[in-house]
Amino acid sequence: MERVPILKIGDILLVSIQVDMSDQTAVALQEDLAERIVATGCHGVIIDITALDIVDSFVGRMLSTIASISRVLDAETVVVGMRPAVAITLVELGLSLNGIRTALNVERGMELIAIERADDDHDEPDDDPVPEPTASP
Amino acid sequence: MTSGVDLGRPQTQSVGSDEDVVRVRQLVRTAAVAVRLSLVDQTKVVTAASELARNTLVYGGGGTVEVTAIDNGRRPGIRIVFADSGPGIADLDLALTDGYTTGGGLGLGLSGARRLVDEFDIQTAPGQGTRITITKWSR
Amino acid sequence: MALSADESVRLGELLTSRAEPVTQRWTETIARQLRGRLSQAELVRQVQELHRAMVDALSKGAVDLNAEEATELRAVLAEFSRGQARQGFSATETATGVFALKEALLSTLKADQSVETLRDYVAFSAFVDQMGLFTFETFVRTRESLIADQAEQLLELSTPVVKLWEGVVAVPLVGTLDSARAQVVMERLLQTLVDTGSPYAIIDITGVPAVDTQVAQHILKTVVAARLMGADCIISGIRPQIAQTIVALGIEFGDIATKASLADALRHVLRLTGVETSRRQSRREA
Repeated sequence: MERVPILKIGDILLVSIQVDMSDQTAVALQEDLAERIVATGCHGVIIDITALDIVDSFVGRMLSTIASISRVLDAETVVVGMRPAVAITLVELGLSLNGIRTALNVERGMELIAIERADDDHDEPDDDPVPEPTASP
Repeated sequence: MTSGVDLGRPQTQSVGSDEDVVRVRQLVRTAAVAVRLSLVDQTKVVTAASELARNTLVYGGGGTVEVTAIDNGRRPGIRIVFADSGPGIADLDLALTDGYTTGGGLGLGLSGARRLVDEFDIQTAPGQGTRITITKWSR
Repeated sequence: MALSADESVRLGELLTSRAEPVTQRWTETIARQLRGRLSQAELVRQVQELHRAMVDALSKGAVDLNAEEATELRAVLAEFSRGQARQGFSATETATGVFALKEALLSTLKADQSVETLRDYVAFSAFVDQMGLFTFETFVRTRESLIADQAEQLLELSTPVVKLWEGVVAVPLVGTLDSARAQVVMERLLQTLVDTGSPYAIIDITGVPAVDTQVAQHILKTVVAARLMGADCIISGIRPQIAQTIVALGIEFGDIATKASLADALRHVLRLTGVETSRRQSRREA
C-alpha cells in the first residue's frame, strides 16, 4: 500500500496528495497525520489536493475527520487546491465538508493559518505555548 | 432501463479489494475521456463510479463492474453496470435517502451517485444481489 | 423494398454499360438546380464517385442500402451530404441531387420499353429512394452538430470573466440565463478563481431579465462550490422582480452576500480585504 508523505515546513505540516488514494491509504494518512501533529507540535496542517481528480464521500469524510482530529490536537487544518470540477461534483453529491477550512492554493492556506493563529493569540493571551512552572505549595 | 446502442465491447473489472475500486475509477476515467465527456461530467461519473464500486465491495461483498461506451444516435455516452450477489437491499426507498447508512459512511453513496448521472437503474431484492446501471451522456 | 440479387447485379451492369450518358445526365440535372454554386469539376468528381460506389455495391450484390456490400456506398453518400450541408445547400437540394439519378436513368432507358425494363426501373427506383433518404438523414445530423457547435461558440463568447482588482474577479451576466449557459458560466468562473488565485468573485446579474428555479440553483451551487475551493462569492445587481421570484420560489440564499450594484459589491470586497490589513497593522503596533 502506498503512503502519502507528510512534510514539515516551519510550524506547518504539508500533505500533498499525489496518488489516486485507495481507502486504506486514506485511513493510513489520517493516522500518520495525528501522530505527526503530536510528535512535531505543529499548529497548522495544509492538505494540498491539487492533484486529486475526484473527491468522493470516503475521501471527503477523511478530510473532515483529519480536521476534527487536528483541532483536538490544537492544530488548524486547511484543505487547498480543490479543482473546480471536484467542487461542483461535491456540491451535487451533497457533501458540504462541514468544519473544513479551504483556500485556493498553498500560499493562501499558509496565510489563513497565520491569521488564525494570530487571532488565537490575540483572543486568548493566556494560551501560552510555553507551560508556566506550577508553583508548589 | 437505459437506452442507446453499444459501441464496442464492455470492459470488465472485478471488485474484490480496495485497490480494485481505484482500478474501476481509472477504467471509468479512460472511457469517459474516450467518449468526450466534459471535464465536469468526467469528474461526476468517476465519482459516482467510486461510490458505487465501494458499495459493491462493502455491502455486496465484491462483484463486477462493466464499462461500455454507447451511442443513442444523437450523442455518445458511457454506461456502467455494478453487479454483486450480496444480500441485496430490502428497503430501496430508504437506501436512496440522503444520510441513510448501514455501513458507517455518510449515507451519500447511492443517493449522491444518482444525482451525478443522467440515468440510474437499480434492481435488487433481499438475497438476490444488487445490479445498478448508470448512464452519463456527453453534452 | 429490397432488390433481388439478380436485379442488383443487372442494375450494376446497366450503370456500367450506360456509364457515360447516365453520369452526364445526372450531372446536368444537379447543375441546373445548383445554378453554379458548385464548380463543374467538383460536381463531376462527386457524381463519378457516387456512380463508382453504386456500381461497386451493386455488382457485389447489395440488395439494399443497409447491406454489408453497400458500406462503401454509404460512406460516399454520407461524405456527399456532409459536404452539401457544410456548403449551405438545403436538405431538399441535397436529396434531389441523389434522386436526379432516376431521371438520368429513365431518359437513357426511353428507347427500350419492355416490361422487364420497367420492372427493373421500379426496383431500382426504390433503391435510389433509400439512398436519398439516407442522404437526407446524414444532412440533418450534420446540420444538428453544426448548430450545436455554434451554440457552444456563442456560449464562450457571451460569458466573459474579468479581473476587477487584485484578488477579485467578476462575471457580468447579460441576457437570458438558461441552465446550460449558467453551467458554463459557473465552470468558467471557478476556473478563473484558480487561474488567478483570486479569493473573491462577484456575480453581477444586472443584465439578467429573469431567473427560474434552475438558474437560481446553479448560482447557489456555484457559490457553495467556490466556498469549497476557498473563495467567496458576492451576488450583485439583483432586480426587484428577481428578488420577488427568489422569495416566491422559496429559494434560500442563506448567508450569501448580496449587494445592489457591482460597485457596492466591489466596495464590500475591498473593505473586507482592507479590514484584514488594518487589523493586522493594529496588532503589530500593539
